[in-house]
Amino acid sequence: MDPLAAIRDTFFQECEEQLAELESGLLAIEEGDHDPERINAVFRAVHSIKGGAGAFGLEALVRFAHVFETALDEMRSGGLAPEDFVLKEMLRAADLLADHVAAARGGPPVDEARSALLAEELAALTGAEVPGEDDEGADFDIPFEVVGFDGPGLLDLPDLPDLGGGGLPDLPDLGGEIPDISALLQSADPIDAGGPRTFVIRLKPTRALYSHGNETALLLRELRRLGETRVSMDASALPLIDALDPSQGYAVWTVELTTSEDLDAVREVFEFVDGHCELDIRPAGAPPAAVLAEAPPAAAPPVFEPAPSERVMSEQVMSEPEAEIDVAALILQAQAAVKDLLGEPDAQAPAPEPAASAPVVPLAPAPTAPAAQAAPPTVTAAPAATIRVDLERVDRLIDLVGELVINQAVLAQRAAESGLARHNDVAMGLDDLEQLTREIQDSVMAIRAQPVKSVFQRMPRLVREVAAAVGKDVRLVTEGENTEVDKTVIERLSDPITHMIRNAIDHGLESPEKRVAAGKPAEGQVKLAAFHRSGRIVIEVSDDGGGINRPRVRDIAASKGLIDPNVPLTDEEIDNLIFLPGFSTASTVSDISGRGVGMDVVKRSINALGGRISISSAPGKGSVFTMSLPLTLAVLDGMVVSAAGQTLIAPLSNIIETLQPKPHEVKPIGPAAWLMSIRDSFVPLIDVGMALGYRTEPVDPANCVALLVEEGATRAALLVDTIQGQRQVVIKSLEANYRHVPGIAAATILGDGRVALILDVDAIVSRRAADYTPAHIAA
Amino acid sequence: MSKTILTVDDSRTMRDMLAMALNDAGFQVVQAVDGEDGLAVLDAHSADVDVIITDINMPKLDGFGFIEGVRKDSRHRATPILVLTTESDSSKKDRARQAGATGWIVKPFNPVKLIDAIRRVAA
Repeated sequence: MDPLAAIRDTFFQECEEQLAELESGLLAIEEGDHDPERINAVFRAVHSIKGGAGAFGLEALVRFAHVFETALDEMRSGGLAPEDFVLKEMLRAADLLADHVAAARGGPPVDEARSALLAEELAALTGAEVPGEDDEGADFDIPFEVVGFDGPGLLDLPDLPDLGGGGLPDLPDLGGEIPDISALLQSADPIDAGGPRTFVIRLKPTRALYSHGNETALLLRELRRLGETRVSMDASALPLIDALDPSQGYAVWTVELTTSEDLDAVREVFEFVDGHCELDIRPAGAPPAAVLAEAPPAAAPPVFEPAPSERVMSEQVMSEPEAEIDVAALILQAQAAVKDLLGEPDAQAPAPEPAASAPVVPLAPAPTAPAAQAAPPTVTAAPAATIRVDLERVDRLIDLVGELVINQAVLAQRAAESGLARHNDVAMGLDDLEQLTREIQDSVMAIRAQPVKSVFQRMPRLVREVAAAVGKDVRLVTEGENTEVDKTVIERLSDPITHMIRNAIDHGLESPEKRVAAGKPAEGQVKLAAFHRSGRIVIEVSDDGGGINRPRVRDIAASKGLIDPNVPLTDEEIDNLIFLPGFSTASTVSDISGRGVGMDVVKRSINALGGRISISSAPGKGSVFTMSLPLTLAVLDGMVVSAAGQTLIAPLSNIIETLQPKPHEVKPIGPAAWLMSIRDSFVPLIDVGMALGYRTEPVDPANCVALLVEEGATRAALLVDTIQGQRQVVIKSLEANYRHVPGIAAATILGDGRVALILDVDAIVSRRAADYTPAHIAA
Repeated sequence: MSKTILTVDDSRTMRDMLAMALNDAGFQVVQAVDGEDGLAVLDAHSADVDVIITDINMPKLDGFGFIEGVRKDSRHRATPILVLTTESDSSKKDRARQAGATGWIVKPFNPVKLIDAIRRVAA
């Protein structure tokens, strides 16, 4: 990948992290956490996004981030109290910032009017002005535009270019004539400004210049890059060596620079040493008094009085980089020597400047900026706790491990068939291999595991938006966001959770008035929790609302023809009616949870992931939706069974227990339908062989094995011929390799190399459910 | 011998951009993720670090504290330190200079300006 594109990817990944940090930080502050580091972290998040966005020229993002950052900075410095309305505003800003990031990434464009309005509101919080596209934003028109330091100080000599400096190179041509002032002034206009001119620069470094890591020699080197220089040094202030402080500046440097660059370029050389030296720059021949009057030094007294006694110790024309004597190089050498000496306090330390006067020091070429070489590797000194790996590579690895597992199983089976003794070396080696294979598989699966945080983090915003839209006060509580699950599962969790939370706010929670009337706090609570239970991940969405309105649900289901109005239903059965296709409790399809999607869609998508969803509800207290999902979609713990001569896999997660039906427990209710009595309750008994069309004649249940399965709140017993064993199988998609087959979820390859189908228990149970409706049972 | 630059920034994007630009220009790069880490890395690579580039807003130890820490180390009293800043107000720069910074690079930077700034402070 193009390295810049890779960094861009990193940037957007980092944005996601920063946005999450921003939101959780703001929420914590809203909760009353006023730890300065908390506010700092929030500020940094926006600051980082702005910084990166600037580097990629994402103007709109930079502009909005800037306003946001300003407000946060104000809060950080204590100028803006973290009051409730301020935090609400900032949370909205965080949402919009996320939209800006998404837009920059190629998502839907941000509503400009909304962005501008929010920016104004933010600015109003701090009394700042919103930078328009033409001012602040203009800095970012060119992705890499750099703004130099523009502080006040000695270098601020705005009038200098008008002093006629531009005409100076022409002076020799005047042939003794008195220069015409107006002609000189004209020659200073922009057309002629490009011609070479001479500046006289006087510089007296102070101790601060050196203690900040700057270097006179480097300044001289920089000046030489601009044009021809003629350098002299006044060393009259230099004390005797006994009194010399090597970290102090004694010399006064005068540089005559002839350059085609303008004054700004010359001033820029001294940008970093502003305030750390006494400096005077003027066009050659300009009246000194005028200049000094224009630029009174801020702190230090002017040192550049005419110095008749000036003792010039060194004077060299340096017109070419290869100049015979290179003052800059000399000073650098001397400076290096001084540094060495500073490291050894006992040694006598010569001043850096006097060394410059030694005319016979062998000359090193002027050091130049490192040229492009073969890029040396970047040493990341801090050991990285994480690495980013292309998902495709991990998937490829998982695929290979899947093959390895199958291969190992084949090998083990062959070994067993060939009659190898258990204690045979080969057999024992195979046992070890099996163990190792299993461990490799677990480790590889762990690579794909990620905390559900990424999904949970999107929910606070959703809650805010939905709550605002339906006019309810809602607090979202999350729990267990570090619970890990396979990445593909996480990706597909987002929609169901989103829908369930919408539902909880829209339908689950009562209006604030009703809540208060019922003696509850006006603010409703929606809780989103995740945890691991028996090798699966469980996600719960609960609310403290009114619970399922069962009479109403029943009426609706009856009016839509979903149930027979005369059939009595248990509370649980009524609750589960909301999962039926075509059911919608809202009498008006609201914009929020309507959208033509019902809980049946949620149920279907959970089932498609090998998961189950159930609901429990208590009138007046609220409802809990519980989803239970496999941790991975790549392997499955299955029970190997046979039915009608076929080897099939039943997902272990569906199986509650296995039973041997006794003749008196099985009650026929039709030509090929039975009920089975299990500890005083009846469940449908489904012959898998017949359900999948492997046989047409019913078998005697007494000669078979029943698997008691649970799918949601529905229980059923699946009738199979025998159970062969239990094993972990690698899931191979049937749809990807063949086509969807009703009743079959996927396929796998067994140890003997044969393909076995994995049962879609939900589909089998629900397909037969029609035969076992309560009405049917009653009859 | 190529120079070694220590970059201290909590943003991975920024670290990557700096590393790319600096590597292209032939510099070696060592990285640190915040001020504390910066001081630790500097301690470990002390002899090798020729120039330091640091962000200001960082967790744990910010740029100001980091610079002060560097200047307290007798080996780095004169090591050039460039501060990365997006601040448009000069107070941050002034604070950084008070702490001992040599110069600054205003973000967003371009590689040319970056290398330019290094050249201006590095022998």
